[in-house]
Amino acid sequence: MTKPKVAFYWCASCGGCEEAVVDLAEDVLAVVEAVDIAFWPVALDFKVSDVEALADGELAAAFVNGAIRTSEQQEMAELLRRKAGSVVAFGACAWLGGIPGLANLSSRESILRHVYHESPSVQNGDGATPQEQIDVPEGRMTLPHFDETVRTLDQVIDVDYYLPGCPPPVGLITAAVMALVEGRLPEKGSVLAPDVALCAECSRAATKPEDLKLKAFKRPHEVLADPELCLLAQGLVCLGPATRSGCGSVCIAANMPCTGCMGPTSRVIDYGAKALSAIASLLESEDEDEIAALAGQIADPVGTFYRYSLPASLLNRRVEPATAAHPGGAS
Amino acid sequence: MSEILIDPITRLEGHGRIHIFLDEGGTVDHAYLQIPELRGFEKFAQGRRAEDMPQITSRICGVCPMAHHMAGAKTLDDLYHVEPPSAAKKIRELVYSTFMVEDHALHFFFLGGPDFVVGPTAPKAERNILGVIGKVGLEIGKEVIGVRKELRDLIGDAAGKVIHPVFGLPGGVSHAISPELRERFAAGAAHAVEFGKFALQVFRDVVLANPEYVDMVTSEAYTHRTYYMGLVDAANKVNFYDGRLRVVDPGGKEFLAFEPREYLDHVAEHVEPWSYMKFTYLKDVGWNGFTDGAESGVFAVAPLARLNASDGMATPVAQEAYEELVSTLGGKPVHFTLATHWARVVEMVYAAERMVELAADPEITSPDIRTLPTAVPDEGIGVVEAPRGTLIHHYRTDERGLITQANLIVATQNNAARIALSVDKAARALIHGPDVDEGLLNEVEMAFRAYDPCFGCATHALPGQMPLIVEIRDLRGELVREIRRD
Repeated sequence: MTKPKVAFYWCASCGGCEEAVVDLAEDVLAVVEAVDIAFWPVALDFKVSDVEALADGELAAAFVNGAIRTSEQQEMAELLRRKAGSVVAFGACAWLGGIPGLANLSSRESILRHVYHESPSVQNGDGATPQEQIDVPEGRMTLPHFDETVRTLDQVIDVDYYLPGCPPPVGLITAAVMALVEGRLPEKGSVLAPDVALCAECSRAATKPEDLKLKAFKRPHEVLADPELCLLAQGLVCLGPATRSGCGSVCIAANMPCTGCMGPTSRVIDYGAKALSAIASLLESEDEDEIAALAGQIADPVGTFYRYSLPASLLNRRVEPATAAHPGGAS
Repeated sequence: MSEILIDPITRLEGHGRIHIFLDEGGTVDHAYLQIPELRGFEKFAQGRRAEDMPQITSRICGVCPMAHHMAGAKTLDDLYHVEPPSAAKKIRELVYSTFMVEDHALHFFFLGGPDFVVGPTAPKAERNILGVIGKVGLEIGKEVIGVRKELRDLIGDAAGKVIHPVFGLPGGVSHAISPELRERFAAGAAHAVEFGKFALQVFRDVVLANPEYVDMVTSEAYTHRTYYMGLVDAANKVNFYDGRLRVVDPGGKEFLAFEPREYLDHVAEHVEPWSYMKFTYLKDVGWNGFTDGAESGVFAVAPLARLNASDGMATPVAQEAYEELVSTLGGKPVHFTLATHWARVVEMVYAAERMVELAADPEITSPDIRTLPTAVPDEGIGVVEAPRGTLIHHYRTDERGLITQANLIVATQNNAARIALSVDKAARALIHGPDVDEGLLNEVEMAFRAYDPCFGCATHALPGQMPLIVEIRDLRGELVREIRRD
């Protein structure tokens, strides 16, 4: 029997998802035993033409990480969609947009202006800006075009499954690959991780009060957090109540609050709205002004609640340009 | 006019591209290095909470997230005018040293090493980590993978996550090192030292014992006489975590020594319309185009530059290795780009020896790991030596600690102009006419692989080799030949 073929591919990402696959270390041998990796540009054979030569659907699965920002990325996503029985959005960027998706808070033009003209270390007397097509003395050169908006993978192609995390935990990667190659296909649209909130698996769960109520929020640098007690109960904005489990609560083990990289559970449409309401529900007040004042203690709500999911959210991107007075305000 | 386009990731997501123009006679007119990538982190950092910056900026690069995380944490110390307790600084440096060992090992054995261990013009199918294992033996290959895993597990347990750490805060770190973890660090450090010595021996046996390679390393095609920059301690020894930035001129004399806070007085960024990456240069000299020598502000960072900019290494085995390197290559500064591979191994040994020292320090398990900030935040600058060179973070905030301006100068950007020079010079020396074979192209590629470039600090440079496609076009732009190296 021939081994099922799989492909790994990246789009707009940092390389961390690729490193996570390398970090399978000895487990990667089990994966290599079970599958034939037909395409993995960073580590193995590279040819796009090899993928093009495959029959449609010949790949058992394609694992695609990173968000989509260029036409090339979109074309590769579409090619892999045709060739693969299952497409897995691998990691927070492919699923939800990820941290690079925060670029949707700025226009493409304002990014170019900042980087090449406003940055304090730039010396650009000629006023040069990189051009998509430029004639140099020896001939013509090109640079790729960048879209105005960062998109998630399923805003570009049909996606079958999602692997959460920034990057996905090694255990979830192995389980997902093995499930797919052994034909144990979950329901389409599934997120391949436990479908409960992180608080349920948190090592500090026993110290979370039943009726937790907060009168003030603290920022991580403002307190010496107790290393045993529930971080929310200590006033830190820990997104465990709104975030999917499966990560082993490693950030909390390092005494830092959850920032939500594992995304929502299946019952949630908009992760940031869910996270915001989960935190707001802990405020101990009936008075609207007081609630507003308490909520105002949360600096940068967009960067806090939508850090990994702005492109996937109902907000998607900023439509009004930022003003100097509110450089990071919501759209 | 013919063109040769070396596009490592052609038609996909380009992160580094070499565009070679040939003149009518078929000799190289100019070779351009293009960085076709931009993500805008500095722009969307605006409005974020300063304390989130170490975690946000680590997403610039999943290969060296610890470098950005650590530069971010140090910038927060400065921003909040807070001095971390001594134990916190030691914990940061212990974790950082561990990261330097595993990251340098990745490059030496998986990325750059195969060119030498297997051979620069060896069959492409062998020129990778598997070829290295074939040369050095399977047991040793397993050890390479095993030591890297041990070190990465240690980093994860100390920093929360190995890919995208969370433990850095203004004034210290978020959690202490337990006695058990310290024991494991001590064991890992011992393995790392042995591993570093082994890597040095591999370099001696494989490269230095082969006159052909030595000729290649010291050949003019791979030589540039530029300024060099690196962090040094009070005794001018190489330091990855802290110190002053020291610059030596192409003759090896100290040219500048300054506090990281003064970086804007000494470095600036030049913009070219054909690349998204900016080219950093020394302001004190000025931008005089893509040229080397004392009149050009082009400088280099990363392992060889650090050795050149320092007076040596702070630990004994590394110092011995440093002296061997300098005397073998005819004294300092060493201008041979390919000697960067050797310098990287010397640094691997230093980082491992530093791990041993810090893991043995009784203070490393102290619970006194944070100084709470009390001052109003305004502006902070932090510098570390990333594996690929000097990395600068600079934040300004409002009084609530929300970012109003972020400026990031990444390691590969500091090297960008010299890398461009190296590629151009290697191409001129090696390519004569459009009839280019694959091995020759690899030798051009070696000119930039030595820097371990992390283009846009986000290249997906991982185990395996950089894929290459070369298109050779005639005067009408018609494709006359295509060479693929997959």
